[in-house]
Amino acid sequence: MELYLIIILILMILGSIYSLNASDLLSAVISYGIVGFGLVIAFLLLQAPDLAIVQVVIEVVTLVIMIAAIKNTQSKIPKMEFKPKIAIYYAITLMVALIFVLIFDRVTGCLSQFGADTMRMAQPYIDGAADTKSANLVTGVVLDFRAYDTLGEATVLFTAVIGVLTILRIKGKKDK
Amino acid sequence: MIIYLLCFILFLVGLYGVISKRNLIKIIISIAIMEYSINLFFILIGYVEGGTAPIITKGFENAKFVDPLPQAMILTSIVIGLATTALLLAVAIRIYQKYGTFDINKIKDLKG
Amino acid sequence: MKGMTFIVKKITQIICPIIFMFGLYIIVHGHLSPGGGFAGGVIMAGAFILQILANGKILPKLRKEEEGLEFMESAAILGFLILAGLGLLISGGVVFFANFLDKGELGKLISGGFIPIENIVIGAEVCAAIATIFIAMVVYKDEEKK
Repeated sequence: MELYLIIILILMILGSIYSLNASDLLSAVISYGIVGFGLVIAFLLLQAPDLAIVQVVIEVVTLVIMIAAIKNTQSKIPKMEFKPKIAIYYAITLMVALIFVLIFDRVTGCLSQFGADTMRMAQPYIDGAADTKSANLVTGVVLDFRAYDTLGEATVLFTAVIGVLTILRIKGKKDK
Repeated sequence: MIIYLLCFILFLVGLYGVISKRNLIKIIISIAIMEYSINLFFILIGYVEGGTAPIITKGFENAKFVDPLPQAMILTSIVIGLATTALLLAVAIRIYQKYGTFDINKIKDLKG
Repeated sequence: MKGMTFIVKKITQIICPIIFMFGLYIIVHGHLSPGGGFAGGVIMAGAFILQILANGKILPKLRKEEEGLEFMESAAILGFLILAGLGLLISGGVVFFANFLDKGELGKLISGGFIPIENIVIGAEVCAAIATIFIAMVVYKDEEKK
């Protein structure tokens, strides 16, 4: 179980690195799909079927929107004219990454092991099914215990849609 | 612990892309990758060994469930992620129409 | 964007209602099985996107559709807020999202108080939002400044 997750995560990392280094925008977008679909499998392995359903549809829609955005554009990426000194460049990148990883290791040291029992906070929500009478506990949390969060989420979604319309619509609605 | 570390490396790949790439579409892709890694990290924290999906069915009333709270938070976050990505893409489309390129260095030269 | 061939259009005509029904099913059964408003809403938006991709860009129709979708989205958020306010009123000014309907029995289709209604509202909101984003990308992308 943990081994499968590690394999999928390594695949996702490789896909993302290829996506960032691709010389063509279309192949970059498509190899970005590896990350999203790998995430779907990871969600299924981690017992989160709700998230897997949402993620698989969202990933397809994201790819369609991205391809609609880069369609009819000049998608070849020219090579960098500015060549940095390779050794120094990589050394600095690796050092910064190493520092981040060390900090991350220190910070997550206080978390319990992966898969260990961390149910102290979760128990009220799981027992709460007796109150909300919703067989799907995630729906119970989203729409009953934390419905205020969902209201905020709906507002953010609305704001993003209005933003897209404002940016893309130049002419505005004519008064008839 | 290695799994948390791999998740963080995915985040670092996204960070590297945001800092070093000059193509707008690639920057948007890196932001989306960072977002995915954060989503995955939340779900990893909520996982319990041997737990089942948090849905009560007949005969499994007292089974061991994984934590439903992170799943509920990430459920909203995924949909918001699509909307923000679309917002960034809209800005990128307009920039391309104005300057004819996605390269941020060239855009900086053309301005002004 | 031009439409596809006759075969693709016909298949889309047959398949779209099925996808739409599947989205509705996922929304309505959101409190019993995996799914819910978010997943079902995105699937319904997928049916819209399939229609647009297959039939091509018919501008006047799409603009009209976009106005309807915007109205639907705003109405859905308003409905969500009204549900919250009703809970506040009925519970006597204590809880904002009070679940004021009869809860019923665990595992039945009509149960969980107003959770199914909230699911439907959220589904409409997400569906309208994502379809609006896609239509805006298609319609207004080529619009140039005069």
